[in-house]
Amino acid sequence: MDKKLRVGWFSFTCCEDSTILFIELLNQHYQDWLKKIDFVHARALRRETNGELQKMDVAFVEGAISSDRQEEKLKKIREKTNILIAVGSCACVGSPSNQRNFFNRENLDEIKPILDKFKYKEKVLKLSEVVKVDELIPGCPMNEEIFLRMMEKYLEIS
Amino acid sequence: MHDPNSDLNFDINLEEISKIEGAASLQIKVRDKKIEDLKFSISEWKRFYTQAIKGKPATAIPQLVARICGTCSNAHLLCSIEAVEKAFNIIPSAQTMLLRKLLYYGLIIRDHALHLYIFSLPDVYGKNSILDFDENDPIQHQLLDDTFAVKEVGNQLSIVVGGRSVHAPYPTIGGFLKLPKIEEIKSLKPKLLEVRPRIIKLVKIFTQAPFILKFNYPITFSGLVSPDFSFLEGFIQTSQGKTIEEKNLGDHLRGVIIPYSQARGFMFDSNYLMVGALARLNISRDRLNQKTKIDLADCLNLFPSTNLFHNNLAQAIEILHAIDSSIDLIDRLEKIDLEAPPKINFFETTGIGVIEAPRGTLYYQLNFNNDGTVKKGEIIVPTGQNQIVMEKAIYQLVEDLLAGGKTKEEIVNEVEKLIRAFDPCMSCAAHFLKVKWR
Repeated sequence: MDKKLRVGWFSFTCCEDSTILFIELLNQHYQDWLKKIDFVHARALRRETNGELQKMDVAFVEGAISSDRQEEKLKKIREKTNILIAVGSCACVGSPSNQRNFFNRENLDEIKPILDKFKYKEKVLKLSEVVKVDELIPGCPMNEEIFLRMMEKYLEIS
Repeated sequence: MHDPNSDLNFDINLEEISKIEGAASLQIKVRDKKIEDLKFSISEWKRFYTQAIKGKPATAIPQLVARICGTCSNAHLLCSIEAVEKAFNIIPSAQTMLLRKLLYYGLIIRDHALHLYIFSLPDVYGKNSILDFDENDPIQHQLLDDTFAVKEVGNQLSIVVGGRSVHAPYPTIGGFLKLPKIEEIKSLKPKLLEVRPRIIKLVKIFTQAPFILKFNYPITFSGLVSPDFSFLEGFIQTSQGKTIEEKNLGDHLRGVIIPYSQARGFMFDSNYLMVGALARLNISRDRLNQKTKIDLADCLNLFPSTNLFHNNLAQAIEILHAIDSSIDLIDRLEKIDLEAPPKINFFETTGIGVIEAPRGTLYYQLNFNNDGTVKKGEIIVPTGQNQIVMEKAIYQLVEDLLAGGKTKEEIVNEVEKLIRAFDPCMSCAAHFLKVKWR
């Protein structure tokens, strides 16, 4: 392979369990992946060189969208990547990070001052409510087998 | 041309600090070479677990709260299980406790290794990322291999015992939904032995790392102390020699609202508070595994320590303790009995669970209605407890660096190292508080 696959990994509102599984999958795969993949964005693995988003072949995105700033960032990621993959339950379906969407009046009243003060969105959104999502890796945490199949698929295409 | 004023007056704005768990930010305003303002804040977006657990049945709580945090999910799982068990007078069997300890040592190995190898080791070698380590340099190449070999052993230990290293599906109230196979547990011993020398090397690296910040203010180190340093049982002890029962810990933690942060900070009585590996080593290093104590005798002499960077070293020592203690438990295990989790009789009550999460003391208080649903809950996480001392330590470090004539870039670099040494977990910290904003 001449060119490395340019991969980004991003986390929005979630517990980052899929990041952990991904880093654990490196245990078995790092020798292969480091040869074939350029991790251009992955906050858990390296510091960003400058604030700018770079072009990517594949962006893995975990977590749900809680704020306008997160929404803007997700849209920018969409602009910069060929393929956008929603990773884990919060990204794919919104839950459990969107649990406040289903709160009763009493709970909502309790959290309202925080929502207002920090400018939360009225509802927590799954990724496909904001941008076009090309692939889903469901599960809480993400299903490892589907993730590995997806990785293989895009490594073959590139 | 170099503007001389740029060394006197500048702003540091770190939006998302890299190589930590979750999102945190830092703003520093320097004027005339003095700190005019410094704010360390947790910038995660809340998921409101304290509210979400209300009305849910006791049996559903552990798997729900595990989702508070990816990396230390099994700490939330076991701590909430303990709170439910204490509430309804369920006493776990000796076998259950042994298996929980094994599961937990797997977490300690995997989570500390994530922090030390992936997040902190690049700082020691002046690299941006562990992935940038030079494969043609024999030392760096070996460390890259160590990184993944060590994490894998911790990962496997949790998978074999708990079904998965993140959000383990088998542990439940009073026992295990599915019991592990003894052959699989036994097969881990050679793997644990294999990584042991790698950890001794890691301990040496962090013993020699030239990072020092001795905290200048009165500080209380606090943690759960048990005879076998198991992280799961015991009494709270402090560096001032106070012993506190688990259920009374809440009386000493004073919540402090930090208006610009998404999480609440804590003081211990009126002192700065620090929890985590450094606190545990300061308080109860004499309870470490015998083999660990023999092989690391020299560096254990460095404790008690107020050098906050020694949190890294303390974590490396704890990995060896977790390996040695796992091997002892595996040797002791002769068979696994078929034990079904007990049936629970519900009544109106309160349960408190306290364990040592990888980053420090984790506290669950759950109040139940008579049908076993949660009336309300309080969850206090380690990073919340450390938030105030972290900000104060950053302040002290920046003051020192400014006095030493360091540039903005150097300051950013050193501050990031210090924040990383605390190993904060923002996913955990941001999601519970019952803050009353006025």
